[in-house]
Amino acid sequence: MIKKRIIPCLDIADGQVVKGINFKDIKTIADPVEMAKYYYESGADELVFYDITASYENRGTMVELVKNVAKQVFIPLTVGGGVRTVEDFDVLLKSGADKISVNSSAIANPELIQEASERFGAQCVVLSMDVKRVGDQFKVFSKGGRIETELDAIEWAKRGVALGAGELVVNSIDTDGVKKGFDLELLTAISAVVNVPIVASGGAGKIEDFVELFHKTDIEAGLAASIFHSKEVSMTALKLAMKRAAIPTRLA
Amino acid sequence: MIAIIDYGIGNVFNVQNAVVPLMNDAKLTSSPAEILSASHIILPGVGAFRDAIEALEQQGLVEVLKQAHEKRIPILGICLGMQLLYEVSYENGTYQGLGFLKGPVVRFPEPQVKRIPQIGWNTLVENKASLFSGVEGEVYFVHSYYAQGIEDEILTYVDYDGVKVPAIVGSDKVYGMQFHPEKSAEVGRKLLERFFSL
Repeated sequence: MIKKRIIPCLDIADGQVVKGINFKDIKTIADPVEMAKYYYESGADELVFYDITASYENRGTMVELVKNVAKQVFIPLTVGGGVRTVEDFDVLLKSGADKISVNSSAIANPELIQEASERFGAQCVVLSMDVKRVGDQFKVFSKGGRIETELDAIEWAKRGVALGAGELVVNSIDTDGVKKGFDLELLTAISAVVNVPIVASGGAGKIEDFVELFHKTDIEAGLAASIFHSKEVSMTALKLAMKRAAIPTRLA
Repeated sequence: MIAIIDYGIGNVFNVQNAVVPLMNDAKLTSSPAEILSASHIILPGVGAFRDAIEALEQQGLVEVLKQAHEKRIPILGICLGMQLLYEVSYENGTYQGLGFLKGPVVRFPEPQVKRIPQIGWNTLVENKASLFSGVEGEVYFVHSYYAQGIEDEILTYVDYDGVKVPAIVGSDKVYGMQFHPEKSAEVGRKLLERFFSL
């Protein structure tokens, strides 16, 4: 039976793992290679590296970082942030990334999903979306959740999959940072309309939030960042708790 | 020398990263002479079947691999590289494969399988004793098509929504892994070591 996945996300700026509050007050917290090795050894199922600066100048730093991690960490690596062209996909895949996630660039240019999927295969194209409730609708936001778009999240998820995305990351702006659990209503709504794996993001604050996610929805994976980095949630304890709760779990 | 076939398809970098620490004479190559003098051959691959078989054909590597097979050099196909070892694939058309293993490669059946691709860690179940026997645990899969190989060539399988998905296949000198051993942590490393013990 396939296992439910736990995915730490490492936000990267200038080659370092950082955590920021509202994109300000960004603090360096660790060396990404050391942190990746730590998560690998403690049983993380995949890792996500997100380039929060996403500038052209920083691309070289990110490529080097991915290469260094890929030499020592033998689990799948997803890279996102500032990926705008199929050439960006190509460079990152050749550096050791297994999957590439796109967000704002796919909103601006949906054909990017199709082009990348045709050239590299659907399995490496991840559509990441930031979603917030506006009235009685789930709306997609771009640019790190700052700008409201015209897109309805349910429709955008369906369109992204039709264009060739092989996986969705659904990040709820409403629950992000609140630490009271994943946005089960949003996740259930999107899960009902697509047939690709879904990664839940935004809202996890404790072990029970992951257990609830996997008990109450059919979502495949849970992603979080700072709660893992701060060790509020230990990977080992989380995996054991999932196993005890009869959730299909891989133990390292 | 371990020849990792470099034909412009897929993530050879990660295969190299995982193999070099085990076998320091591993080398990315598309040279027929190097491939035919190798002790072991690894055929990686990610992406679409058509693109991969066409790339092999254009570089004259289909013929080279058939010669290597006749010379009984151990060959390991990984992911799409494993699917290329079969007779035919129905991925977006009908395409002939290398034919070293018997059977077709087909898409997961819907709606029985709820999520396509299968992405994630799944538990190996032994189907038949082989040089991989005794290595247990989870390995990492990413694929939408699977081999409907013959029972005799299925060494381990995984269960995905009730579909028996061949995971390690082959016999004698030809093997395939549908998952990514290079991305499957310690379990993957042990399985690669078993192949190199041939």
